[in-house]
Parts: sequence; structure tokens; C-alpha cells
Amino acid sequence: MAAPSTTSSAASPDTPGTGPLPPALTDAVRDEASLRRFLFGLPGVDQVGVEQRAAGLATRSIKKAAKLWAIDTAISMVDLTTLEGADTPGKVRSLCAKARRPDPDYPDVPRVAAVCVYPDLVETAVAELAGTGVGVASVATAFPSGRANRRVKLADTELAVRAGATEVDMVIDRGAFLSGRYGQVFEEIQAVKAACVREHGPDAHLKVILETGELATYDNVRRASWLALLAGGDFIKTSTGKVSPAATLPVTHVMLQAVHDWHRLTGQLRGVKPAGGIRTTKDAVRYLVAVHEVAGPEWLSPHLFRFGASSLLNDLLMQRRTQLEGHYSGPDYVTVD
Amino acid sequence: MTNAPDANDSALASPAGSAGSTGATGAPGSSPWEYAPAPESRDIAGLKPNYWMLVDGQFVEGTGEPLKTVNPATEEVLAEVSTAGPADVDKAVKAARRAYERVWGRMPGAERAKYIFRIARLIQERARELAVLETLDNGKPIRESRDVDVPTAAAHFFYHAGWADKLGYAGYGPDPRPLGVAGQVIPWNFPLLMAAWKIAPALACGNTVVLKPAETTPLTALVLGEICQQADLPPGVVNILPGAGDVGAELVNHPGVNKVAFTGSTEVGKLIQRSVAGTGKKLTLELGGKAANIVFDDAPLDQAVEGIVNGIFFNQGHVCCAGSRLLVQESVAEELLDKLHRRVATLRLGDPLDKNTDIGAINSAEQLAKITELAASGEAEGARRWSSPCALPDKGFFFAPTVFSDVHQAMRIAREEIFGPVLSVLTFRTPDEAVAKANNTPYGLSAGVWTDKGSRILWLAQRMRAGVVWANTFNRFDPSAPFGGYQESGFGREGGRTGLEAYLDV
Amino acid sequence: MSERISVAKTYKLYVGGAFPRSESGRVYPVADSRGTFLANAALASRKDARDAVVAARKAFAGWSAATAYNRGQVLYRVAELLEGRREQFVAEVSAAEGAQTRRAQSIVDAAIDRWVWYAGWTDKLAAVLGSANPVAGPYFCFTTPEPTGVVAVLAPQRSSLLGLVSAVAPVIATGNTCVVVASQDRPLPAITLSEVLATSDVPGGVVNVLTGRTAELAPWLAAHADVNALDLTGAPEAQRVELERAAAGTVKRVLRTPTTEPDWSAQPDLGRLRAFVEAKTVWHPVGV
Repeated sequence: MAAPSTTSSAASPDTPGTGPLPPALTDAVRDEASLRRFLFGLPGVDQVGVEQRAAGLATRSIKKAAKLWAIDTAISMVDLTTLEGADTPGKVRSLCAKARRPDPDYPDVPRVAAVCVYPDLVETAVAELAGTGVGVASVATAFPSGRANRRVKLADTELAVRAGATEVDMVIDRGAFLSGRYGQVFEEIQAVKAACVREHGPDAHLKVILETGELATYDNVRRASWLALLAGGDFIKTSTGKVSPAATLPVTHVMLQAVHDWHRLTGQLRGVKPAGGIRTTKDAVRYLVAVHEVAGPEWLSPHLFRFGASSLLNDLLMQRRTQLEGHYSGPDYVTVD
Repeated sequence: MTNAPDANDSALASPAGSAGSTGATGAPGSSPWEYAPAPESRDIAGLKPNYWMLVDGQFVEGTGEPLKTVNPATEEVLAEVSTAGPADVDKAVKAARRAYERVWGRMPGAERAKYIFRIARLIQERARELAVLETLDNGKPIRESRDVDVPTAAAHFFYHAGWADKLGYAGYGPDPRPLGVAGQVIPWNFPLLMAAWKIAPALACGNTVVLKPAETTPLTALVLGEICQQADLPPGVVNILPGAGDVGAELVNHPGVNKVAFTGSTEVGKLIQRSVAGTGKKLTLELGGKAANIVFDDAPLDQAVEGIVNGIFFNQGHVCCAGSRLLVQESVAEELLDKLHRRVATLRLGDPLDKNTDIGAINSAEQLAKITELAASGEAEGARRWSSPCALPDKGFFFAPTVFSDVHQAMRIAREEIFGPVLSVLTFRTPDEAVAKANNTPYGLSAGVWTDKGSRILWLAQRMRAGVVWANTFNRFDPSAPFGGYQESGFGREGGRTGLEAYLDV
Repeated sequence: MSERISVAKTYKLYVGGAFPRSESGRVYPVADSRGTFLANAALASRKDARDAVVAARKAFAGWSAATAYNRGQVLYRVAELLEGRREQFVAEVSAAEGAQTRRAQSIVDAAIDRWVWYAGWTDKLAAVLGSANPVAGPYFCFTTPEPTGVVAVLAPQRSSLLGLVSAVAPVIATGNTCVVVASQDRPLPAITLSEVLATSDVPGGVVNVLTGRTAELAPWLAAHADVNALDLTGAPEAQRVELERAAAGTVKRVLRTPTTEPDWSAQPDLGRLRAFVEAKTVWHPVGV
């Protein structure tokens, strides 16, 4: 097992992206046994404690002026997502229109961070979003189950990258993880990371979906987070959205803590993306509070934090109108796409 | 600020810029992330200019010198409270005696239970008012009075109401009898909750009560008196006498009192134990502490940090069972301290009525002076002081959360109860050393232990000379869980089946 | 035919499993109920009391950590040995308390039975006094009774064996260790009990027996900072308030009893077992 590739150009300290590992961590990924020892040497997570902390923070309220800022920040962090069997180019095109200009009545609303689609629709999205600054994220690696031959997964990734995806949301092999084959999971993430390399132009950024709903314990979430960070994931992402529970606040706490600790250790900034189940502005603000308190203020940026969501955007837009117009808004005043 | 899309620049492709640059709508200042001052309105407290004492079912003016109770967060006077003179104490005890002999002591438990249930419900109904009033009078954050003090007070009445007609099953014989009149003296750190801890079991067991709330925090206890009226509790069953220590002494020494219950300092507890010597009055004491919070290298560190913070900064550290001595295994000391400092720096100190406030005001100027003096002694004795960089309000009694490292057992800050937001950090190398250091105190109220190893938790729990051991958690309270100390932290328990003994003639 | 001259016993203190004389070298005469000289008993000093506390403290760790089953067996073994010394106890109780032989026999029998009763409690008390607490949250919370520590027992002055056993057995059954000040005028059964304990499996120091003047020793024990609790049963009436006040200096648990001794033959309740235990409540989160 080799140390993760250092293909990212953004390897200097305190910048997003991956880079060379410090000696302590190089040792951690020397072989399967070392990796296992390292992951099991991480401090445990007490379920009750982390859930109480998450619930306690969720009672924070933020200032009115800051609230508008928070809403805009949240909008700019949205990976506007459609991942249905019924997806069509038409559906994706309308989603892209929404992504570019979320609220036609208020052109100052920021664009979302990215549109997230299945690989076969990347081309459509890329065409729609060219020059807008909105990224195109593609799920890959036999999303959502990840149950396919590695060659299929890598081909899935390569095709998406070739079609112009700027971001790849891969799923880890939960079966391998739960049966203790950490080396296999590690190597697969590395291989996908390599498949994100683009010869001409910037590499696709890699988000590693842990599917925390299938990992069952917070200890596993922490181990999977570190595994993904060690293997070079630019982001760690909670869920596919196809498994319940999807993102939860305490799970996100554990992951935010992991990227915080990673930064302390390596100087590298990595991101977190909760996905699935975040539908309201209130939810989103709670996540932002957690980002601020657990990871730190510098994570309050789409470079380091994303929401994987679809219906959230409209609620954010309605609340934004409420803030600006001074009365409650209604669903007919935001576009349904 | 504009949000003009840069061509070919997806959000991920550029390094993290200033967070504010993503916002379109004019982020306020350089640090846009601000929590709202989200204050509870003080109007909810229903403050009155004057409060009187409750004797024999009536609020009457006391013959003592009235006191002015102050909001420690602003130093403004909240209300004038009349206090009890010696004659008032006598009147209250006699009223309690009459109520005991004629009504309450004879009433079937099932009937007593219904009164106590009513009180529980009324506390829940007036929860918001009580929480705001508590925060005004005490200085504790509204988050705590709202989420801990008031609901737990209601829970104590609920729990004990159920016991009133089941005492024969409590393990003290088939028909245990009450003691008579209970004289109860409570501290200022949990004014309403301590009143509930005292009154609920006393009433459930069939006793009547004369309660003296603390001099600086009489208001919620008096509202609880009003609740007793609203519950139609027979006159004299609960009497509440505000005042200072002299009223407490008068009460404790009154010959008509059969039972004395005190929560407060070890110093005063010893005086009370001395003064009731030879009287045959049943006595329970819940006194000071200097709890060790022990963190092993295999602990769930992030939750341990939360537990440490909760252990010492909950209620500004005005907690007798506060985890004021952190014993951390040397191998993780540096990592833990780093995490701890970072976490403590995020604690929000300020207006206690603000729902986002974590650390409120120190209850009195006197207590603030004591904390300041002890913290200074820590520095003088060579401990390393770190205080949260949080700003302190101009008015009111505030003390920044403070962590002392390089503390040794011989220092005052490792031995004396500071009763404030000051943590002393010591290290250990082996489990035996942890036990020895943890138990090396005349106190014995509580202890904490953090480790992922189950057998070590039980090993340690067995060896802690402390009445409450929190493993992988801290500062948890429940009416069904007995609470009380070893050694100089007092004797007798409050809560649970065990706690009933204090109010039964057994 | 001359009668055989009997071998008289020297009565000493029992401290830390050994039988020392008083460090003061003092003795005092012990007479029977009619005033006839029986023996010289050691007149313990405050330093003997101090040594006894040290011995009791030293024994506490081991005795309190022994399994309840083991403590029960050890205490039951004491009852077996008491039974073997039955005649000696009958003679001593008879002499000390002026009881007729039949009555003395029934006192000794009751004392042995009392010991058996308390021996049987060791491994049941936690179930009766302890609890699993149904707290409103994701925690497992339980409460167990634990021994208070070192208990100073001022043994009953009148009931030299049954009263003594009724006071000492519950203290050690719960895992405490003790310093016993024997009945001042009737100390001989207590010393014989020490001999039984010394030959039993009760570790040295768990029970320490001092003979001498209760009024002289009690204040030192009541004020001793390494004594956790005080049983006032045999305290002189005039001294009780003073002793309670001294005990307050370190917040000792004090067992207050009526100044007139109860009928020790009555079946006891749990009162004396509850008197010297501490409820310890342990919390732990429940999670995965």
C-alpha cells in the first residue's frame, strides 16, 4: 500500500486539498496492519455525549443580520442534487437553470456550489453550466451501493471525469469496511482519486461518501473519516441519500471533528458534506453552527462545506424572502424545478 | 460585495477565501458569524417590587430587616424581600407543627400525593416564568435554568408524589412514620431546584416544612410558595422564610424542629452538626466537594472535553459536585489540554438571559472576590494560568473560564473548593495513582472517569470515595438517583428510595 | 487434697490482630457483678486508640474489597468459634452481668445467633439497600451501599456480649473496620471475643478492642480525623453532646441511641446495617 498520491497542486499548508502526509501518518498507511492499528488507535466516540453536544448546539440562535448571511452562505454551499432513475436531460437542464439563478426575483442570490447528477447526465450539466462557476458533481463508483467490480467503478469515474465533472462523489465499499478490510477500502479510494486526474485542466475533486447510515456506530464513522482522509479524499460526505438515516447532526459533528483534527495534524484543509434529509433553513443553520463551533470559522465556505440537498434550496429562498420582505413567504413564490 | 460568477471557477477550484466573500448581502463586518442576542424578556419573570415570607399559608411581612435582592449580571436591585425575625421563625415552626399534627401527618398518602402532583404540574405550567426569574436572581444562563433547574425541580415533585402512598414498599418497614417538622436551609446555586429537592421528599413522607432560601436568591422559592397556594396545599405545610444565616441558625436550633436538612458549605455544615448535637434532631447534610474528573488515555477524548467543560463550567462552577480537579493521564495531557483550551475559548460568557450564553454571572460580589483570591493563589503557587479570551461585561459579577495546568496536590487550588469557573489540571501515570490522587481530599461528593474500557470504569467506580461517580458523563441529576457525599461532603442522600430515609422516622 | 491452682488469664488489648498491653502500662481491676475481683484489664490510653485507628484504617482496604460472600463465610466461621467457646462466654457473661447460668446461656445463644444473622446479611444488603435507578435519559444508573470506613464503636455498657455483638457485627458485615471500646466495667467477654476473632479468618485490624475508661477514650475517637463514624451506644450520658460536637469536626456519621440500653434480645431491624454504609450512585451512558 502506498501513501496517497500527491496529485493535487494545492498541497501547501492551510489550503484545501491533499498533500504529502506527515511522518506519523505515512507510517499509518504503510500496510494493512498499520492502517488497522491506526484506525483502532483513534479515540472512541461516546454516542450519548456526541448526541447531547449536537442537541445542545442546535439551540443556538443567530443574529438577524447574520441570519441573512447564513442563508446566503448555505445557498452557496448547496450541491443541488437529482439522483433518480427517472432523471432526464430535461430535468437536469432545469436544475442547472435553478443552480445558476436560484431566485429570479433576486439576482443577488448567490449561485449554488454545484449540481450533482448521475454520470450519464454529466455532459448535459456541463453544457448548461459552462462559464457559470457552478461545479458539476457526478456520483460514481456504482452509486449508491458500490457493489460492483473495481474496474466498473473506475470506468464509471473516468467517464464522468472525461465528460467534464469537476467533482466526483464516490461511495466507499461498506461491505469491505464492515468486514474489516480497511486496506481494500483505502486502495479503492486511492484508485478513484487517481481516476480523477485530468491531463489537461484541473483534477476533479473527490468527495468520499461514507454512507454513515450503514456504518452503525460513531466509532466507525470516525474510522471511515480518517481512512478517507488518509487515502486523499478532498471531502468526506455522510450519505448517498438512499439509505436511512442519512445525514444527522451528530454524525456531521464527528466528521467535522475529524477534518479539524486532520488540519491540526497536517495543515491541510479538507471538507465535509452532509447529504440527505436536510430540508429546512433551520436545519441548515444548525449545521452551520456545528461547522463554526466544531471545525472552526474557516470551514464556513463552500470550499470546505457543502449541503447535498434538493428541497433545501427552496426553503432557503423562502426564508431569504421572509428576511428581506418582513413577512412569511410561500412555496408559490419560489420556483419548482 | 457582489456575486459575479467567475468564468471557469467552480467553488472548489479556488483556495478557501474569506467566508464572507460568498455572501451576497453584505456580511456584517469582518466576522459575519454572530449569534443573536436572543434574550428572554425579563417581563416574563413577573417581578414584583416586594416579596413577603410565606407562613401558615399566607404571605406576610417579616419582622427582620428587609433585604434587597440583586441581579448579579447587572448589579441592579430586583426587589425588596422581607426577612424573618426570631418570632417569625417560631410562628412558622408552630404553623408547621399544627399542620403536621392536624392535617398533613394524618392525611392518607394517596391524598398527599395528589397535592404534590399538583405542585409538579404548576411548576411545569409556570416553567418559563420560573426560569427567567431564576436567571435574574441567580445569574445562571437561561439555557440552564430553562433546561435543567426548572424541569428537574418539577421532576422531583413528580417522582416523590408517587412515593407518598407507597412508603410501605420502600424498605423501611410496613408503615414508616414521618418525623414531623423539617427545617431546611438551602444554598444560592440552584435556588428552586434545591427547594424542590428538600420539599418534595419531606412532603411525600408526611412531614411539614419550614424552608429558608439563600439570602441572595430568595425569589423562586417564594414563587414556589405561591405555587403551593395555587395547589391549595393546606396552610402551614410549607413555610418559606427568607433571610440570612441568622434566620437559618434560628430555624435549625428551634426546639420544635424534628429534622434538619442543609445544603451548603462544609464549614456551615459542621456548625449545624455541632449545634444539633444532643437534640435528637435527624440531620442530613449535603456539603462541599472537590471532585476529581479522571481522563484515561483511551477515553473518548472529544466527549471527555465536553464532560470536563460541563463538569466545571456548568452553572459557573457553582456546583458542589463540580469536576474541579481534572486528572489526566500524562500520555494524553497535551492533546487534551489543547482541545480543552480551544473548546473553552468558544464558551460564550455574558448576559444570562441570552439563550446563547454558556457562562452567566457569579452570584455575588463576595463569591467573585473569593474566586479571584483563590485564582491568584494558584498563580502565586506556580500553576500555569490560562483564561478564556472572552470579553467580560462592564457591569455585573463575571469571571472568565479559567484553566490552571501544572497544578500539584499541595496547591490551594487543588484542595480548596473554589465554587467558580476555575479548573485545576493535574496529571497521573497509572490507575492506582489516579485513585490515590482522586481520593486524596477530605471531601467525597462526586467523581468522574473517562475511558473506553468497561472493566476499568467499574474498577475505578469501586475505589472512588465519592457518593456519585459519573463514568463517561458528568453532572447528571435525576430524582430517582440518590445523591450525596462521603466524608466531609456530608451524609444522607437525596433522591431515590434511599433518599426517603432522611424524612422517615427509621 | 489441695485444689488445683488455676492459670489466670492476662487480659490485653486487641489491636491489629495482636494482643498488646496498653502502651501506658496501665491496668484497672475488673470485678464481677458482686464486686469480687476478676482480673486486671488493660487501661487503654489515647495512644492505644490512635494505634487502633491506624490498624483499622490499614485493614479497611482489604476487608471492604473482599467479596460479600467471603465476608459472610468469614463471619459465619466466627459464629462457629463462638459456639465452641460457649461455656467460657456463659461463665464470663454470668460473672459480668450477674445473670443466672440459664439466663447467661440464653444470652450467649442469642449472641451467637445474632452473629449468624448478621453474617447472612453480607451478600444480601446490596440487593436490599441498592437500586437500579430508572433515570430519565440514556444512562445506566445504579446505587450500591458501600462501607463508610473506620467506625468507632462505644460498646454497650450493660450488655457485655449480646449488646457488643449486636453493635460490632453489623459494622463489619457491611465491610467497615472498627475500633471498639468495650464495656468499661464488663470488658472480659469483649476480650474473649477478640481471642475468637484472632483465631478466626477475620483479618487483623478489622476489629480492634480497647478496654478502659470510655469517657477517656471516646473524645479522642470522636475527634479523630481518620475515623469516619461513631456509634454512641455505650457513651456516658453526660458526654454525648460533647462527643457529637467533636464528631462534627470532620462530619462523622453518628449513630445516636437512647441512653437506656434497649432489649438486645429483640430481633433487630436494618437500622444498624444502614447506619454505616454510604450509597454510591454510578452513571454510565447507554450507547453503541
